Amino acid sequence: MFAAIRLAEAHPELSIVVAEKANIVRSGCLAAGVNALNAYITDGHTPNDYVRYALNDANGIARRDLLLTMSERLNAVTKKIESLGLVILKDADGNYIARGTRNVKINGENIKPILAAAVKNLGNVEVINHVNVVDLLSNERTVIGAWGFDVRDEKIFCLRSKATLIATGGAAGLYRPNHPGVARHTMWYCPFNTGAGYAMGIRAGAEMTTLEMRFIALRCKDTIAPTGTLAQGVGAAQINARGERYQHRYGNTTSERLNAVVSENLNGRGPCALETIGIDDAQEKNLIRAYLNMAPSQTMKWLETKTPPSIANVEIEGSEPYVVGGHTAGGYWIDRRRRTTLKGLFAAGDVAGGCPQKYVTGAFAEGEIAAESIAEFVADRDHLPLERFDAVDEIEKFFGNPRGLYSTEELEEAMQQTMDEYAGGITKNYRYNEAQLSMARRHIDRIERLSEKLRAESMYDLLKIYELRDRLTVCRALIEHLSARRETRWRCFAEHTDYPNRDPNFDCFINSRLVDGKIKIIFRDLEADCDEENL
Amino acid sequence: MSICIDENKCVGCGACVEVCPGNLIVLEKKSARIRDVRDCWGCTACVKACRRQAIGYYLSAALGGTGAKLYAVDEKNILTWRLEFPDGTQQSVVVDKTQSNKY
Repeated sequence: MFAAIRLAEAHPELSIVVAEKANIVRSGCLAAGVNALNAYITDGHTPNDYVRYALNDANGIARRDLLLTMSERLNAVTKKIESLGLVILKDADGNYIARGTRNVKINGENIKPILAAAVKNLGNVEVINHVNVVDLLSNERTVIGAWGFDVRDEKIFCLRSKATLIATGGAAGLYRPNHPGVARHTMWYCPFNTGAGYAMGIRAGAEMTTLEMRFIALRCKDTIAPTGTLAQGVGAAQINARGERYQHRYGNTTSERLNAVVSENLNGRGPCALETIGIDDAQEKNLIRAYLNMAPSQTMKWLETKTPPSIANVEIEGSEPYVVGGHTAGGYWIDRRRRTTLKGLFAAGDVAGGCPQKYVTGAFAEGEIAAESIAEFVADRDHLPLERFDAVDEIEKFFGNPRGLYSTEELEEAMQQTMDEYAGGITKNYRYNEAQLSMARRHIDRIERLSEKLRAESMYDLLKIYELRDRLTVCRALIEHLSARRETRWRCFAEHTDYPNRDPNFDCFINSRLVDGKIKIIFRDLEADCDEENL
Repeated sequence: MSICIDENKCVGCGACVEVCPGNLIVLEKKSARIRDVRDCWGCTACVKACRRQAIGYYLSAALGGTGAKLYAVDEKNILTWRLEFPDGTQQSVVVDKTQSNKY
């Protein structure tokens, strides 16, 4: 949406379509709100400081050019979202009040409605809600649009464009979640973000990068609510069951903080918690409100179970792994203008790779950069012809399949179990080895073949089938990436037990592309000239 | 986490159907219904969109729930959350949207 706003305001002559699987008012990972803007250049710091921080957190596997072009815009996009209506905490002089060194405090409950209202006011943007985009449309290796279907009515959309921006978010639901069963969607990342954006790019032959740097969130146990508000907001330290503060023994990068909890549990010193006992009444009241603005379940748990944070420490646990380029670096291989390796296709936000720790404002910044690149790209272009359109046949196949032995839900559970057991899920403490990955490969291949036979009886059934198939495509690519990085650079995020140490031979990007139906791994130099690469 | 919809309060306006990020809510016989309670993410978009407070949000038993339900009244600058406990008692938390989180 931020990209659409930027493009529409700067270029009223352009016609822009936003296609959304749900409704832009409350879709995607920010549907419930967000607790802070976590990427901001605070007083006394520079964009280069942010680049250094993100590079360090990724142990060197991130793109300096992407991080810098993103960081340079963080404060401007923050001003912009404030001008659209986001409330940001300020001091008496009107300066933002920082939370930590890179964050500002907000009321982010309504960040999506704010963006949606801004889009609605633009005369040259058309929003199509409730359309599930399935695949990109191509002419040779140029993307000329996308097709999808209405998730409620029997309608197919053929969206033709001179340029296409992919900003679909990352991939949740690949792995068995913390609470399979009735609370299966109580997860960190939006369960409706299925990795469709990665999957359609993989199928179209786009190059992907660093999928193996999975993101695993450290969360409040059970509710899977954010921990940063407790750790940074009231300065709650991690403690183990013995009351020891252990984090200093493990380091303070994102993966090290998670590894600290996993290791303490493995060593019999769990459960781990954030030490909130003793916070004062005002702090507790503020926490109760803050969580209502982003994860109401945590407030509810405190109030409902009569164990507010002042009298009970908040237990913490790791989530299942995700692929999400807004936190770690997995996603499309792009140049600094946010062009993918497919002509006419741009990427921003969680689907865009190489630029971790972008969070909300970084995604906005990438959206702006992509919008400017798109304006330049479409300036003197005509539509290319669409030579084939097989969407109707493809969809009808699923409606025509006879009722089979397996349901979409059953295959989804089989996929999640495979990834959990053989590709480093929660029950394996996020670890995997080559023998396990080989098993994962075989099972995912089997489940993909079974998914061809699924039957749809409604457009919603069709949505579930395509969501599963997109996840399976991402799983396939992820397994190859995990296997290709034969080292352990990040504990938990990519912990290969055949190669338990960091290896300087892997000071490189692991990229991939689908070639003749197989994921082909490509090693790229850390300082690759990516602009040259894509031209 | 999931939601329960009180069909006696629901007037079938469809506001929840429109905002659910998972397309999980449908209208049937002029009343909203969630397709599968297991698929709710717990974002509370529908709870806030419902003008009749017909949608209650609850914690699953596996997550420590005791049967309480959370409702919301979303007015211009004020979001009032009302927690209804199983014994009928209630607790409200008022959030002023013009004020930032302190943390």
